[in-house]
Amino acid sequence: MDIAYLSELAVNGALTGLLYSLFALGLVLIYKSSSVPNLAQGALTMLAAYVVLALSRQLGFPLWLAIAATTIIMFFAGLGVEKVALRRMAGRPIVMILMMTLGLDIFIRGSTLAVWGGTSRSMELGISYDPLFLGPILLSRINLAGAGVAIALFVAFLLFFRTRHGIRLRAISDDYIASWSIGISVEHGVALSWGMASVVAVASGVIWGEIQGVDQSLSQLLLKGLTVAVLGGLDSIAGAILAGIFLGVVENVGSSYLDSIVGGGSRDLIVAAVLIFTVMLRPHGLFGRHDIERV
Amino acid sequence: MFYPLAGVRHQSYLSDSKLFPVPTDRNLLIVLTIAGIGAPFLLSSLYLNSYLQPWLIWTALALGLNLATGWAGQLHLGYAATMAVGAYAAVHAARFGIPWEFALLIGGLAASLIGSLFAFAALRVKGLYLAIVTLAMQFIMDWVLNHSPVISGGSHASLQSPRFALLGQEIASGRGLYYVALGWCALVTVFMMNLQRTALGRALVAVREKDYAAAILGVNSFYYKLIAFSTSSFIGGIGGALLVATFFFLAAPEQFGVNVSIQVLAMIIVGGLGSIIGTYFGVALILLMPGIANEILANAAALFRLPLGNETLAHIPTAVYGALIVIFLLVEPLGLGKLYANIRDYFLVWPFDQFKK
Repeated sequence: MDIAYLSELAVNGALTGLLYSLFALGLVLIYKSSSVPNLAQGALTMLAAYVVLALSRQLGFPLWLAIAATTIIMFFAGLGVEKVALRRMAGRPIVMILMMTLGLDIFIRGSTLAVWGGTSRSMELGISYDPLFLGPILLSRINLAGAGVAIALFVAFLLFFRTRHGIRLRAISDDYIASWSIGISVEHGVALSWGMASVVAVASGVIWGEIQGVDQSLSQLLLKGLTVAVLGGLDSIAGAILAGIFLGVVENVGSSYLDSIVGGGSRDLIVAAVLIFTVMLRPHGLFGRHDIERV
Repeated sequence: MFYPLAGVRHQSYLSDSKLFPVPTDRNLLIVLTIAGIGAPFLLSSLYLNSYLQPWLIWTALALGLNLATGWAGQLHLGYAATMAVGAYAAVHAARFGIPWEFALLIGGLAASLIGSLFAFAALRVKGLYLAIVTLAMQFIMDWVLNHSPVISGGSHASLQSPRFALLGQEIASGRGLYYVALGWCALVTVFMMNLQRTALGRALVAVREKDYAAAILGVNSFYYKLIAFSTSSFIGGIGGALLVATFFFLAAPEQFGVNVSIQVLAMIIVGGLGSIIGTYFGVALILLMPGIANEILANAAALFRLPLGNETLAHIPTAVYGALIVIFLLVEPLGLGKLYANIRDYFLVWPFDQFKK
C-alpha cells in the first residue's frame, strides 16, 4: 500500500469524521446542559431530512428556503420534546432517562416513516459527484462541503458560548443547582440546548441525506455519533471535533486493511471496538470532565 | 377478589419472610396455575401457540433481564446477545446429537459465560457508560453472528433446529410445546419470587441502591454484579434456546438484533422494574400491541375510508410502540406492576379504608 493511497484514505476519513462530529455536536450540546444522553438524536436527524424534502418537493419551496424553514420548525420541535418529555424526567434514575430517549427515538422514527414512507430518496443539493483532485488525492465534493459546514457550526457554537446566553449555559452545565440559586433559569437553558441540538440535526440531516440518501439509515448514525461524543468526552465540543477526525481516519484506514482479512463490513466492528475501549479505559473521554461520585 | 385482612402486619421474622403474606395472593396464584394447565383444553391452538406460548417464553426472558436491571440495577442493552449465544450453542449441541435437556443446559452455561463479560464492564463503569458498553457489545455480537458462517451459516442464512425432545420423548404437538414454555416460565417465576426472600436478593437490592454504600456494609458489589449478570444471562440463554427450539424452529441472526434488546428492556420498563407480576403484564402489552394497533387501524381505515397506504399501516405499530414507552415513563414510571399493586392495596383494606397502612 503506497503512501498516496494511505493519505487519500486518511484525508477522506478525516472529512467523513468531521461529519460524524457534526452529528455528535447535537449529543454534546444536550449532555452538556442536562446530562441527558439523547439517543433520539438519530431520529431527529432523520426527521429533519424528511421535513426538508417534504417542504421542497410537496410544497414547492426552493431548497434554501426549505432548509431555513426546517431549521425554525426543528428548533421549536426540540423545545417541544424537552418540554413534554424530558423536563419531567429530571432527577429520575438514568435507566428511565435512557429508556425515554429510546422510546422517543422509536416514536419519531415510526411516525416519520408512517407519514412519508421508507423508500430511499435523494436530497439533490446540486453538488456534483465528480471527485476533486488535490495533487494525487481524490476528494469527494459533498464531504468537503459538509466538513466546511461542520467547521462553520463549531466556530459559531464556540463563539456562542462566549455570549451572555452561552455563559449561562456553561454555568448550568457546571452546576445546575448553583445556577438556579443565582437566578439563572435552568429550564430555559436546557430547552435552548434541545433547540440548538435540533438545529444541528437539520445540518447533519441535509448533508448525510445528500451522502447516503434520505431513509431510515440516517437514524443509524447514532452509534457513530455516540462513539465520537463519548471518545471526545460527552460534554466537550472541541473533544467531539478531534474525536470525529480520529474515528473517521481510524475507520477508513483500518477497514481498508481489515476488510480483506475478515471479508468486508469491518467498519461497524471498528466503531464498536473504539467505543468499548474508550469506555473501559477512559470513561470521561479525551476532554470530558471527570465526575467524582460520593456516597 | 376479597382480602379479609386489614393491612399486613408482621409479628415475627418468620411471617415477614413468608412467600405469601396474604393468603389471597396464594389462592389467586393457584387459580392462575390451574388456568395455565387447563388452557390447552379450553383454547384453540391459534391462541395457545401464537399468543400464550410466546407470552410465557418472553416473560421468562424478561424476568431474567429484570434480575440484572430491576433487582441489581445494572443497565443492560445487550440482553439479546446473550439470548443469541444460548440459542446458537443449544442448537449446535442438539444438531451434534446431544439430548435437548443437556443442549439447553449447554446453551444456558455458554450464555452465562459470555454474559459474565458484561459484568467485567460493570466493574469498571456504571449507569450510562455501562449502557453504552453493553450496547457496543451487542453490536459486536451482531457482527460476529453475521460474519461467521461456522456459527450462523453466514449473513442471510438460518440454522434449522432439530426436533424438540425431552426425556427421550419427542415433543411436536402444540400442547406439548405450550407445556414446555409453561413449565420453564413457572420455574423462573418461582425462582424470582424466592430470590426476594434470600440474602442474595437483598444483596442485589443493596448493590442497586448504591454500590459504594453496599460495599461499606460488607456486600462485595463486584461479586454480586457478576452473579446478577451470569444468572440473568443463564436464564436468557435457556430462554433464547427455547424460543428457537419451540417457537421459531430455526435460528437466524436477525432474531437477536439490538432492537430485541431494546424490546425486552421496554417490556420490563412498561411492566415495572423489579416486579414479577408487572413483567407478565408488560410482556403481554408489548407483544400484543402491534397486532391490536394494526387491527384498530385497519378497522378505522375501512370505517372512515381513510386513504392509508401500506407503508403507513406498516410503520404505525412502531410509532405506537415508541409512544407507549414514552407515555408509561411519564404517567406511571413504576409500570403496570405498580398499577396492579395500587388496586391490590386498595382491596387489601377494603371496606376499612381507615386502616390503610
